[in-house]
Amino acid sequence: MDKPFGLLAELTYRCPLSCAYCSNPLNLADYTNELSTEEWQRVLTEAQELGVLQCHLSGGEPLVRRDLARIVATASELGMYTNLVTSAIGLSRRRAEELRAAGLDHVQISIQADEPTLSDRIARTPSFARKIEAARTVKEMGWPLTVNVVLHRQNIDRVTAILRLAEELGAGRVELANTQYYGWGLRNRGALLPSRAQLERAETVVRAARQRLAGRMDVLYVLPDYYSLYPKPCMGGWAARQLTVAPNGDALPCPAAQALPFPRASVRDDSLSQIWSESPLFQSFRGTDWMPDPCRSCDRREIDFGGCRCQAFQLTGDAARTDPVCHLSPDHGIVADAVRAANNEQRSTDLALVPRPHRAR
Amino acid sequence: MRSTKPMRADRGTVEGSSRPRLAPHVRLRFDRARAQHVLLGPEAVVVLNGTGADILGLCDGQRTVAQIEAELAGRYDRVADGEVQQFLARLVAKRCVEVSDG
Repeated sequence: MDKPFGLLAELTYRCPLSCAYCSNPLNLADYTNELSTEEWQRVLTEAQELGVLQCHLSGGEPLVRRDLARIVATASELGMYTNLVTSAIGLSRRRAEELRAAGLDHVQISIQADEPTLSDRIARTPSFARKIEAARTVKEMGWPLTVNVVLHRQNIDRVTAILRLAEELGAGRVELANTQYYGWGLRNRGALLPSRAQLERAETVVRAARQRLAGRMDVLYVLPDYYSLYPKPCMGGWAARQLTVAPNGDALPCPAAQALPFPRASVRDDSLSQIWSESPLFQSFRGTDWMPDPCRSCDRREIDFGGCRCQAFQLTGDAARTDPVCHLSPDHGIVADAVRAANNEQRSTDLALVPRPHRAR
Repeated sequence: MRSTKPMRADRGTVEGSSRPRLAPHVRLRFDRARAQHVLLGPEAVVVLNGTGADILGLCDGQRTVAQIEAELAGRYDRVADGEVQQFLARLVAKRCVEVSDG
């Protein structure tokens, strides 16, 4: 059996921002009983024994946890590469110094757009100015910085200016990640899914920027799978390379796997290694034996692994079906309908969004 | 969710006179679970074979590629021509290694 390389540690789903594209689950109230510091330290130790080398500290907003530096210190002492995935709200100089001392290796800051009005409108809170200040602090302290921007119908036309901002901030990498439609993002899909013309313009800008910035800034562009012919190789294969632990201790093969109809796998009940090797949730879609056609007989089955099980479940109610993003899927009409609606010329680019709440209500 | 291999572009060039070093955001570690050396970055994990780990262990920003090749020739029976350069060029393209020239 493969050993996982990466752990996505979702420390909390509390967040000062309310971005409508958030992939956190809708039922935030089910995650308020968060793992304690000691429980996270045990999870990290078990993860390291299992083979995990990278720890992505995420959420929600991980800085909401006052014990973040202690958790980072543990991961760092275990030899893991530690990456903070943050909105940067709460990343004061003092906390940055604390995290630096704890051994944090890398910081990824999300920005919602290139300028305050749109960025704050998407985040639904005044946050742009603080993000810029925090990004400067990160650079001053000598950390490598990744700027992450989730792209969608309401900001994708600003990719040129977004790239310029990332360059000004001295980011070593910029991630332009088209929205993935899970959780709140799926709920807001109609207002978020860009048109084909928007995507083509953005891709032209990205290609030119890569040439211009080669060797200075890495430009990662995550394609929107709704417009792809084939699905993405979700997580590099189910329970093969990565795992997620949610704020309440649920262990997940994909961050969107909470709703799948399997018994919960919780680090509060079992060790990570038992969960990884034995739990039905992790075992069910390993390899290719579970596949129905068209995946079963497809020569891409080891390339994209049938796509995302959670997307198949969300869109069809059956996690074992081919990801409907694939043009060969019998359910592809679901995705084709959403794409058709996004390309209706009457559809505006600033439709109302349902905000993700800051915390469970 | 996210696939782990996003699209990527440029390739680096590595000459005999280049002085390679690990990029500042990258860590070289020994992974006990797999009993192999690995290079770690924010997205990438590169699992190294013994030769790869030895090459990177010599990438201190002082030694040139030619000097690294000479040192390895003393340790191994044979190091194929251009092997070190090709290995480092791949890592430069992944932004795991940086080179300064001359």
